[in-house]
Amino acid sequence: MEPLHQPAIVSARNLTLGYGSAEVLRNVSFDIYPGEIFVVMGGSGCGKSTLLKHLIGLMKPLSGSIYYSGRDFFTAQPEERQSLQRKFGVLYQGGALWSSLNLLENVSLPMEEFTNLSAREIKSLARYKLALVGLSGFDDFYPSELSGGMRKRAALARAMALDPDILFFDEPSAGLDPVTSRRLDDLILELREGLGSTIVLVTHELESIFAIGTRAIFLDGTSKSLIATGAPRELLANSADLRVTQFLRRKA
Amino acid sequence: MSITLPAFQIEEADQNKGLVLHIRGTWSAAFGIPPLDAVRTVMADFKGPRVLFVESAALGSWGSPLAAFLFEVERLSEKFGFTLNNEGIPPSLQRLLNLARAVPQRELVDEVPLARSLVYKLGTFSISIAADIMSFLTFVGEVALSLGRFIRGARPFRARDFWLVLQECGAEALPIVTLISFLVGLTMAFVGSIQLSAFGASIYVANLVGLVMVREMGATMAGIILCGRTGAAFASQIGSMKVSEEIDALRTLGISPIDYIVLPRLLALFLMMPLLCLYADFIGILGGLSVSMWMLDLSLVQYVLQTQKAITLAGFSTGIIKSTVFGALVALTGCLRGMQCGSNAAAIGASATSAVVTGITSIVVADAIFAVIFHVLDI
Ligand SMILES: Nc1ncnc2c1ncn2[C@@H]1O[C@H](COP(=O)(O)OP(=O)(O)O)[C@@H](O)[C@H]1O
Ligand SMILES: [Mg+2]
Repeated sequence: MEPLHQPAIVSARNLTLGYGSAEVLRNVSFDIYPGEIFVVMGGSGCGKSTLLKHLIGLMKPLSGSIYYSGRDFFTAQPEERQSLQRKFGVLYQGGALWSSLNLLENVSLPMEEFTNLSAREIKSLARYKLALVGLSGFDDFYPSELSGGMRKRAALARAMALDPDILFFDEPSAGLDPVTSRRLDDLILELREGLGSTIVLVTHELESIFAIGTRAIFLDGTSKSLIATGAPRELLANSADLRVTQFLRRKA
Repeated sequence: MSITLPAFQIEEADQNKGLVLHIRGTWSAAFGIPPLDAVRTVMADFKGPRVLFVESAALGSWGSPLAAFLFEVERLSEKFGFTLNNEGIPPSLQRLLNLARAVPQRELVDEVPLARSLVYKLGTFSISIAADIMSFLTFVGEVALSLGRFIRGARPFRARDFWLVLQECGAEALPIVTLISFLVGLTMAFVGSIQLSAFGASIYVANLVGLVMVREMGATMAGIILCGRTGAAFASQIGSMKVSEEIDALRTLGISPIDYIVLPRLLALFLMMPLLCLYADFIGILGGLSVSMWMLDLSLVQYVLQTQKAITLAGFSTGIIKSTVFGALVALTGCLRGMQCGSNAAAIGASATSAVVTGITSIVVADAIFAVIFHVLDI
């Protein structure tokens, strides 16, 4: 893949991120190109989820800016920001399905809020999205009645409800068995093929990183910085940085 | 290609090969999804070979709506025994449909809400009330057993929780108890003084306020306030512990959630309520005093002496005894509703609500029972 010829869909410039005055990451810059499966990796607590929260606009960076298709997110007007955000689909670390709604209602809610579709059309789309993630027929199940893997997949169906341009995943395979997490990886790949969305994947699962990642950045918690960018296999083969190769070799 | 509305047409294919579904136009969420009824009628009436070709020669840009539409067409063709031939549609669309089909479908049933007769509703309602009473009794039984273990010292006691609840339902409840009791005393004195001064008996305002506060209002008001404050808090705390499986975690460790969670709360309220009741009595009498001094020109000494005459030790203790029972009731209903909580966020809210409703109801019922008992005992 030669993504560098297309304009970036997300550009982060000199981001310094943190909670209050406690900095988590300093001076991070990277680009995400359309159609990529962009992996954010690094050890636990290095700030992957924090970076994601900033990318989806839940938190404002301490300094630096994020551009979506060239538009600066944090200086945009609230309406423009919302319309940008509507192009994101997010799969939260714990699924974050609404517990008092059943699966069909969970997937329907974003469409009810943000489209003019009729109830019949929404139901038809929601059932199709549930079928895409292999949950056809589980319409009237509540999140508490599902297994962890099913919950993740249902959350994925909800994330796709508005046909987002960019799908963000926070550790989708955390807490899943190897087989289920492999199936989720396959699903992500196939969805990208079918829908053509860009995917930003936060994970520390080597399997997923090598199986589906097209490009990756490596965050380091000790130096609070981004220390490597590139295709996972190239990083493994060529990176001079011991922290990166050790992380990627953990198993190999 | 110009933008046209999404449309389809279903007709007989050439050479009697089956049916063909032509898809045309722009299929995006802005234009919606056309209804499937035409496909259903044609399929139902068609007598020829059971094959459905999907053609998309005149298709503009498309997105999920088209995939959702074809997904439904696929289910319809299954129902009418048609095989679907997808070769005429874009490959990426074919892939999406394959993905949606990959996992065997659970049967989709469109639920028809059942019309229930009045008798049915009445019956389920009575059964649910009976079950409710049973579970309350079971719960009280378990708490009694747990209390027994506590008294025998057979179980370590969660002192930290106990002190926290004590603070939460005692000291932190004082402002609201002060406000309400003062206003109750004040209102009572005000309304009473208008009636009593007509007979020149305004000094008896002290009797009225003193008696009613001490025998009834102190205990009842403190009970109702704590029910709204603390009972609801218990229910939602325990409810969210239930939702996040914390209660199960205790059970699997062999720790009785009753010992661990309910008992400290019960004991704390049991101890705190009489004190709050005493305090409410006092503040209520102060409220009456302030009205009497400003409006009726009674002196402080007169009012206090008159109050002393009115309140007997027996009358005083009835209020305290009642408040102890109210405290136990508030703790029990709060914890019970928390333990009965369902497994989602809405259920936590429902359990807090029902804790307050059950708590207040049981306070009122207990109060009535006490009234009868004290009447019989002639206190
Ligand atoms: N809400 C918060 N408030 C303060 N610090 C936080 C908060 N959330 C996370 N942190 C800190 O930020 C750092 C990065 O956390 P996180 O982004 O969750 O790491 P991970 O890479 O495991 O997802 C950690 O040191 C964590 O303690
Ligand atoms: Mg994380």
